[in-house]
Amino acid sequence: MRALHYVHASMIAAVLVGAPSAAPAQTPDAQALRNEPSNAQALRDEIDQLRRDFDAVRQQYGDRLTALETRLSAIQDGAPPAAAAVPAQPAVGQRPTAEVPAGAAGVGGPTGALPVYGAAVAGSKVFNPDMAVIGDFLGAAGQNKAARQNNVSPNPALEMHESEASFQAVVDPYARADFFISFGEEGVNLEEGFVTFTSLPGGLLTKVGKMRAAFGKVNGLHNHLLPWTDRPLVINNLVGGEDGIDDAGISVARLIPNPWMFLEATGQVFRGDSGADPNGNPLFKTTQRGELSYVGHLRAYQDLTDNANIDLGFSYSRGHNGASNGNLVDPGSLVTQLYGIDATYRWKPLQRSIYQSFVGRTEWIWSRRDQLTSVQSGSGMYLSGDYQFGRRWFAGARYDRANRADVASMLDTGQSLVLTYWPSEFSQVRGQYRRTAYAIGPADNELLFQFQFAIGAHGAHPF
Amino acid sequence: MRLKMMLAYALLLVSAPVFAQGKLNVMATIEDLASIAREVGGDRIAIESIAKGYQDPHFVEAKPSFILKLQKADLLIAIGRELEIGWLPPLIQQSRNGKIQPGAEAYLDASAQARILDIPQGQITRAMGDVHPLGNPHYWLDPENGKTVAREIAGKLTQLRPNDKAYFDQRLADFVNRVSEGEKRWLAMMAPYKGVKVVTYHRSFPNFADRFGLDVIGYVEPRPGIPPSPGHTLDLIQEMKRQQIKIILMEPYFDQKTPDSIASQTGAQVLVMPPSVGGEKTITDYFKLFDYDINLLVNALKRIGAKPAGND
Repeated sequence: MRALHYVHASMIAAVLVGAPSAAPAQTPDAQALRNEPSNAQALRDEIDQLRRDFDAVRQQYGDRLTALETRLSAIQDGAPPAAAAVPAQPAVGQRPTAEVPAGAAGVGGPTGALPVYGAAVAGSKVFNPDMAVIGDFLGAAGQNKAARQNNVSPNPALEMHESEASFQAVVDPYARADFFISFGEEGVNLEEGFVTFTSLPGGLLTKVGKMRAAFGKVNGLHNHLLPWTDRPLVINNLVGGEDGIDDAGISVARLIPNPWMFLEATGQVFRGDSGADPNGNPLFKTTQRGELSYVGHLRAYQDLTDNANIDLGFSYSRGHNGASNGNLVDPGSLVTQLYGIDATYRWKPLQRSIYQSFVGRTEWIWSRRDQLTSVQSGSGMYLSGDYQFGRRWFAGARYDRANRADVASMLDTGQSLVLTYWPSEFSQVRGQYRRTAYAIGPADNELLFQFQFAIGAHGAHPF
Repeated sequence: MRLKMMLAYALLLVSAPVFAQGKLNVMATIEDLASIAREVGGDRIAIESIAKGYQDPHFVEAKPSFILKLQKADLLIAIGRELEIGWLPPLIQQSRNGKIQPGAEAYLDASAQARILDIPQGQITRAMGDVHPLGNPHYWLDPENGKTVAREIAGKLTQLRPNDKAYFDQRLADFVNRVSEGEKRWLAMMAPYKGVKVVTYHRSFPNFADRFGLDVIGYVEPRPGIPPSPGHTLDLIQEMKRQQIKIILMEPYFDQKTPDSIASQTGAQVLVMPPSVGGEKTITDYFKLFDYDINLLVNALKRIGAKPAGND
């Protein structure tokens, strides 16, 4: 009987809602009623029951509708930022339309309102990644004879060194993605493109993709974040030049809990290729699938006071160097190992943080490179200090010293003075006087200058 | 390698994590949020702020020590409206804490229900300076918004600790009452000076000005986030002389040189008015922030014998 009642109720509901298919009266229930015309009482009971059932159904639907309305208004109340950000959005379900142009009302022409394609999907732009482009323009003046003698390609007089486009967004509740594509004079290069899993169990911060390796400090920095117009000699000679260790791989970083300081251990595995030194020798080069390169990094950070802190890093890297150059003596055995120590001291008085700061940094790197006939053990370092003396002004100095990776007996040294001016947070003008004494020939004295400018999404300030 | 592993294990052993027993571990981006959360959460939460009240909240450094704090957080409360855009995203990303990622359960953008001013209309570009496309983020300087933020926080705390609902509700009601009482007092103090014209350094005070009847006619910064320029400063001095502006409000983290020189040429007074709890040693909570700022302002207005707008 219950089931029957339900059928009755739903039929009546269907009729009331106006579903045309329910309209024909010839139903089993109607027949049943005709077969027992005498039982008026039963009929009346039946109708009462139907009415009650219908009321119950109506009540039920009414309640659900109210609940839905409440939820809808709660959702709308809860999301004013989105509403404020896109005030001109048409209401959901109301597609924007345009009127048919006057001349189009001929035979077979469209009548009424026309849909406007594209406008309706404006809401989906909310999910576009944060985009920005950073331009890096470099100029150079002065003497560079020694660079040529040392087979180092000198900086051109004027160069649109790099235009870096970044696309960054959250992928889903578990990950975010970052892409940095650099357009240089030699072409387009995916500088970095990786996904970061932000909430893996065990406190593991995992990145998968192409990325700058966590070897020391400078290797991880994009050009526009450097405090100089160039990279230090030790990076150029021993850590793969401007491109550095920037390779496809997997990175896992974990915080090591301890009561004293911030301690983070990072382990990375890469395919085994990298940038090259100024003479064109790649740091790492794969000739077969198994020749992976590895990077390990331990970072210790401690606040000394609210205004000052110290950051220490220990790095190790190992990969195949390709020095066999196709000469199949025993290609697998020719590896390069790098050891690095970096230290950064930062001082920034909190209350005057936008006017004054000092960053002192140094990196020491040791390289051990197997070659066909010898093992080259070289080393190098830089020491640099940058002082901010006004809201827009920074002055810095750097000392460079580095052996060559493939001929460790050759030593290059350099000194630089840097002055940086920030018109705003989004642009920067920099001049650098650089004196470089390469292993061969007289010292080069050069004046380098740089303009940097960023458009698009507001990126995070570097630390 | 082996030594490193052993060291790591040794460290793991020594560092038996000290859990605040049963307390919800809450991180706030600025001290004002921390103060309001402390009022609502009482002894059921442990709260700490990332930025100090006397530093510029736009330029906080993303120090790794904050990563450690965010890693252990059960709730992160942010001002939102892109105030923290330069430093909070990298901290959250590296926190390894899935709960506090934006959009997740334990991430609270306190601006959701607040009354936001200066929402730019139409096309905006960086030629206007460092504009906040989602509106002015200094909204906590209106006590009404303080109440709204408190309600948001109470709601979130209740969601995370349903058993303490009655406790949070009671504390929220008490806080709202005290803010309402304070607001009456502050409004009464400011009432004689309604419509008084002032100049501020950065656009930190629109909500304050709107609530307490100040008329901000100009800024020391030519554009938001752009340091003072000689040309703009001369224009501002002219305008201040023309309109007889006698008060310059500035935040404690800006350089006083330009405001002082403007003041010396216009006869105005420079008031260092903290926009945040902790901006002065004596400002230890949200109530004292308004007490301090309103007293500072009223005393200065009394000294210069200011009259409400229209009477001059």
